[in-house]
Parts: sequence; structure tokens; C-alpha cells
Amino acid sequence: MTALSALIRRDIRIALRVGGGALIGVLFFLTVVVLMPFAVGPDLALLSRLGPAILWLGALLASLLTLDRLFMADHEDGSLDLITMSRTPLELACAAKALAHWLAAGLPLIVATPVLGLLLNLDMVATGAVALTLLAGTPALTFTGMIGAALAVTLHRGGLLMAVLVLPLSIPVLIFGVAASQAVIVGPMTFGAPFSILCALSLVSLVVGPFAAAASLRHGLD
Amino acid sequence: MRLSGHGLRCVRGGREVFAGLEFAAASGQAVAVTGRNGSGKTSLLRLIAGLLVPAAGTIALDGGDAELTVPEQCHYLGHRDALKPALSVAENLVFWADFLGGERSDAAESLAKVGLDHATHLPAGFLSAGQRRRLSLARLLTVRRPVWLLDEPTNALDVAGQDMFGSLMREHLAAGGLIVAATHAPLGIESRELRIGGVA
Repeated sequence: MTALSALIRRDIRIALRVGGGALIGVLFFLTVVVLMPFAVGPDLALLSRLGPAILWLGALLASLLTLDRLFMADHEDGSLDLITMSRTPLELACAAKALAHWLAAGLPLIVATPVLGLLLNLDMVATGAVALTLLAGTPALTFTGMIGAALAVTLHRGGLLMAVLVLPLSIPVLIFGVAASQAVIVGPMTFGAPFSILCALSLVSLVVGPFAAAASLRHGLD
Repeated sequence: MRLSGHGLRCVRGGREVFAGLEFAAASGQAVAVTGRNGSGKTSLLRLIAGLLVPAAGTIALDGGDAELTVPEQCHYLGHRDALKPALSVAENLVFWADFLGGERSDAAESLAKVGLDHATHLPAGFLSAGQRRRLSLARLLTVRRPVWLLDEPTNALDVAGQDMFGSLMREHLAAGGLIVAATHAPLGIESRELRIGGVA
């Protein structure tokens, strides 16, 4: 337990320091959402209808933006060698790294959502629904994206390319995340069904992600 | 305690690096692995560290902790120093001590031994190559592991640093540890030579 909490604390600390990735994601999210009303035009009804989709797309791209570096930095400076050799199972170490990434880069996106909801003419309830679905859905994005990050290390190819290759895995998350938010705003579906599936997707990826990433890292030892 | 390898064969990128390699080292012994560039010194260390999978052969550590694998009882000091430039000297060291776990000694004491006690709050990004190497050595002192796998350990160290490192290695051997080091320069301690791939 000490080992895992040390790893989480270290990764968060690095992400929050100058040059860390935590702020980059939020700034990107902010930029996408702020620019959107200018692109769509001053149609308030249209904006609030598109709002959840825009927020979800922005959050998805922002969380992918920094994810490709998840293992690459540790690989480049040799930390990954020591993590692989250590007494902590690699699966748990992967899970800890993904959790740290979500805390440092994913959580700020959710905190920023209420502010950005104002720009998209979303009311309190709608913004709350989007924030809640993001809270339930972004762990799935991080934990499936982690597989791509591990593959990027193993295959010695561009990180973003691999992130794009695992992008299909995040499509269900996007679909049910937006569906649950829309259900609150326009109906006629119930909120519960898509939201439950969203939670299920997150729980599945919490389990599958670390094993897949660790298997990929082990396979690519060199 | 005895570390040994039998019939080791290493293949990298479809090319055979070495085959049929035998080695053994007992507690208190150091093995200096020598050979020309590309002969497989680093590969051998990484095989022992479990970071490469041997194409054939076995590696065993007799008399170690039966609950642990061989890599879990090793320290690996490679070309890359596993330091984060954004974290301070002390933060880097304490992280590895917490993460690697097991028996440990005081981090501040280790930093004093390697001559970095004046720089504990400096971000590691500001350290020179020699200071980074010293910080890596502090990791070996803080977390106790019986086997040290060292890849060109004296690189970037000044003369005083090499002397300091020599005495640290002698202390480790006297405490019953063992060392496998890939090196071109003399190691500075009594060691047996393991030559890979003919005359260097």
C-alpha cells in the first residue's frame, strides 16, 4: 500500500509542477468549449442542445491529450525498469498510475464543467447532469486510454497514434455519456439506463485496463 | 547466497548476442563483466534483472528470500537514472525508498554518504551528470537489496566519487551482498572478470 500511494503521490506532484500535464488538459478543454459558441453562432436553443455533446467531446480529447505520456516518460528515464522489477505487481502499479492521472488531469475537467456550462447556455440541472456523467465516465477514458499508452511504449511508435487506435474503445463511453446528459435535458429516455451502462463501462475498464496495460508492458520488455 | 546463470542465450532484434553463457557469484564477491561494445554486457544485466527474457538458460539465486523472485532482490543501476527532473533530490530518493519497499535505511544519511546532503531541496533537473549518478547510488544505499546490478557505474563520477563508490561497494560486499557490474574501466575493488565475446 505504501508503494502504491507513493507512486500516486509522485505522479500527481509531477503533474502539478511546472511542465506537468495537469493544466494542459484543462486549458485545452477550456479552449474548445469557449470557441464553440463563436463557431456555432448565437442561437441559444441550439447551443444548449449541443452543450452536453460539446462538453463531452472536449473532455474526451483533453483527457487523451496527456494520456500518451503516461508510461513514455517513465520509460525514457528508466523508472519503468525499476517499477517492473519491484515487489509491487505491475498491474497494481499501472492502476495506480492511471488513478493518479485521472486525479490530476481528469478531475479538474469535471470541476471546470459548471463554469463552461454557462458559456453553452446550460441550466443548473443540465450542467449537473453533464458533470455527473463526466465523473462516472472519465475513469473509463483514462483506463482504456492507458492500454494505448502502454502499447505506445512497447511498439516504440508515436504516442498519439496509439491513442487514436484505442479511440474506438472510448466511443461507447461517449455515446452513453451524452445520452444520459441529454435524457435529463430533453428526454424522453430515462437518465438511469444510460447512466448505469456508463458506470458499468467504467467498472469494466477499471478491471481490464490495468491487466491489458501490464501485459503489454511485460510483452514489450527490452 | 549464490547467484548463477546456466546456458544463457540472449537474442535481440533477431540477432544472437551471446549463447551458452555461464556465470556464478557468491556472497561477498564482485563480478566485472567486460567485453567490447555490443558484446552483451548490458543485456546480461537486464536478463538478471528480469527486464529481458532469456532465449534459453536459467538464472537462480540460491539462499535468497524464497518468497521473492530474483529481480525483486536486485538493484539495477542502468544508463538511465530513473530520476524526475521536476522533483527535488530528497523527493526522488524518498519516492524510490517508499515504492521499492523492504528493509531501508535513513535517506538523509545515504545522501550524506554520497555527498549530496547540501542539495536535498534542489530539483533533480539542476544536477550535473555526476551528481545524478550519486543520487542513483543513494538509492542503492537507502533500500537494501542483496544483489547490485551495475551498468558502467563509474560513468560521470569524478576521482573522489569513484573512491567513495569503491568504499560503498566494499561495504556492500562485506555485509554479504554481491555485485555484477558491466564495466570498461577498472572497478576499483577486487573482482572476478567475466569476459563476453572474446578479447575486448
